[in-house]
Amino acid sequence: MKLPDLAELALRNLRESMLRNSLTTIGISVGVASLVAMLSLGIGLQQLFSRRLAKSGLFDTVLVTRRDQRGIGREEERNGPAPGESRVLDEAVRVEIERLPNVLEAYPDIRFRAELRFGDNPHSTTISALPASAKSNDAFDGMQGAFFSSDTAAEVILQKTFAEELLGKAHARGEEETSVADLAKPLLGRDLTMLYSQRVPSSIPASPSVAGAATDTDSDLLGATYSVVYREQRLKIVGIADLDPESMRGPNRAKVFLPLKLAENLHVMQPSDLAASGQPVYSSISVRVKNPGQIQLVEDAIKKMGFGTFSILDASRGLQQVFRVLYAFLGIFGSLALVVASIGIVNTLVMAILERRREIGIMKAVGASDGDVKKLFFAEAGAMGILGGAVGVVLGWSIGQVINFGTNVWLKRQSFPPEHFWAVPWWLVVLAILFSFVVSLVSGLYPAARAAQLDPVQALRYE
Amino acid sequence: MATIPRVASKTNTIAIRSENLCRHYRMGETLIRAVDGVSLEVRSGEFVALLGTSGSGKSSVLNLIAGLDRPTSGSVVVQDRDLAKLSREELAKYRLHVVGMVFQSFNLIASMTLVENVELPLRFAEVDRGKRDDMAREALKRVGLQARMDHRPSELSGGEQQRAALARALINRPQLLLADEPTGNLDSHTGTEIMDMLRDFNQQLGMTVVMVTHERALAEKYVQRMIFLADGKLVDDRPNVPGSAPGGHS
Repeated sequence: MKLPDLAELALRNLRESMLRNSLTTIGISVGVASLVAMLSLGIGLQQLFSRRLAKSGLFDTVLVTRRDQRGIGREEERNGPAPGESRVLDEAVRVEIERLPNVLEAYPDIRFRAELRFGDNPHSTTISALPASAKSNDAFDGMQGAFFSSDTAAEVILQKTFAEELLGKAHARGEEETSVADLAKPLLGRDLTMLYSQRVPSSIPASPSVAGAATDTDSDLLGATYSVVYREQRLKIVGIADLDPESMRGPNRAKVFLPLKLAENLHVMQPSDLAASGQPVYSSISVRVKNPGQIQLVEDAIKKMGFGTFSILDASRGLQQVFRVLYAFLGIFGSLALVVASIGIVNTLVMAILERRREIGIMKAVGASDGDVKKLFFAEAGAMGILGGAVGVVLGWSIGQVINFGTNVWLKRQSFPPEHFWAVPWWLVVLAILFSFVVSLVSGLYPAARAAQLDPVQALRYE
Repeated sequence: MATIPRVASKTNTIAIRSENLCRHYRMGETLIRAVDGVSLEVRSGEFVALLGTSGSGKSSVLNLIAGLDRPTSGSVVVQDRDLAKLSREELAKYRLHVVGMVFQSFNLIASMTLVENVELPLRFAEVDRGKRDDMAREALKRVGLQARMDHRPSELSGGEQQRAALARALINRPQLLLADEPTGNLDSHTGTEIMDMLRDFNQQLGMTVVMVTHERALAEKYVQRMIFLADGKLVDDRPNVPGSAPGGHS
């Protein structure tokens, strides 16, 4: 029998027992809806995490270190060269890395401890420099004030905890935190004075852009190559960040941030400078990749240059594993309802065989083959599967929308920004309908075989 | 029909030949010999009646000839095809193309209109939709049902339903028409109409017709040969001159 005829007969038969077939189809829909709802929650959560991580700049960033700086944990790096054999990370290397394909930018990690004076009180903390691209970092989303006006501006952004420290509002555990807005009011626009050690190569005069006065010109640590002078730099507070942009760095994370070019021009003495002479040497270089998908390529290219690399890719692989397990669990739970629904299909079709026994006999008497009868029952099962699948996808999507809406109402009440927990990608729609179709066909196997095997003489005698 | 194997024909004029045909059923411990060693021949173009009382095995023989059932032993060869040797698929093709069948209870599908019922065999024969519809309507016109084509069987009288069943049986232009008590559910007037049609198909189209009936008078009025069965065995086989005996449909 031709496919259109098969479809027509199948739909006609389904219409004949409208109520029973509708109930079975609704059963399938509920099964598919539960599957879609479960999986789209998993996908939504993964996308939410991915978005957050991508925004945090962790996914597209490779940290480049000297190969002799081990301890990051990668197997291949444990077998790296002995200390002192590796190339140093200097400006030439930075430029070389920046010219690699797929690299957006490469900037040195400038990080140092300094004293900050606010009013008359000194506060010692770790300061780090941020490139202009960090403006899109997720951590600055809820920031009070503004990002640096330029890459060389004498401006500073404070992390919330340091702002509390400046205002003497360190709160005890359990106490209500001061809001960022409250912290920002007395601080934004005010000045801080940073006291830091400047590295002055013997051949290069102190940078003219640096404001402040030398306090000690005799701090020569390594002979004649450079000297260290103490300087002051006035900085204007332009922003207070709520979240911690350096949360991944653990205890070394900075609480005060400067524009990158400003920090470079300050020639702040850094620990890595001690091991080298002449040009400034960076402890590490951060490399931003154009697309997170190319991170492995860039890492490989940098490794070939003789440096150690680290990216969140390893961590994200673990995360992907976690999500795969989550998908599997959600998928299994979601599928359970579909399995129950598939038993409904078997039941409906077996009932249909009983009811249509004589009709099957007639069809066989006028020339239907076993295959024709089998295909007809398959088509009926398949039609219920596709229809149930389509309705189920819509139902699952609607459930998702309702839960998404409800969660966002709750989030809004808790003063959190709205989020998208739910995602029904097109492949899930196709896959869910296909899955429902296949499950229905499998459910139709037994009834179809039973119908095909009916003895026409017996079937024609059936009243 | 090229795919159905044929056996060598002894004579081209033999449409049906059965040799020592048996169909036994087991019902619990009892063996029921529904057909028990029936050997017969039906020539092409003949109009034959299988007669006998209830349980004589006449319908079982007809089912074996129709390819709806398989013999326990013996053979039944129709149009040079040994039905016992055909696969299930081949038997289905045989039923589709070689035989047309009408039943006492008409056996039309209740959920389909007459046109849809009549074109059902054409669907299995994979005839194009447009052509199928034309053929079905033409066949219904031939049996005088042009005004009832889009009605469902339940809206028709018994005679009309049997005429529709006849149209369906003939739609694939079979060589053999098998009728199992075709007038059993009809009044005498309608029964006569149906019998006249069977006779016309036999005489005008040269179709071989085998009819099962328990009404001897009806058989005597229409058929050329009467085969009597009792307890699954052939007990008499005699020629008949249609309309020679007094009586008719009773």
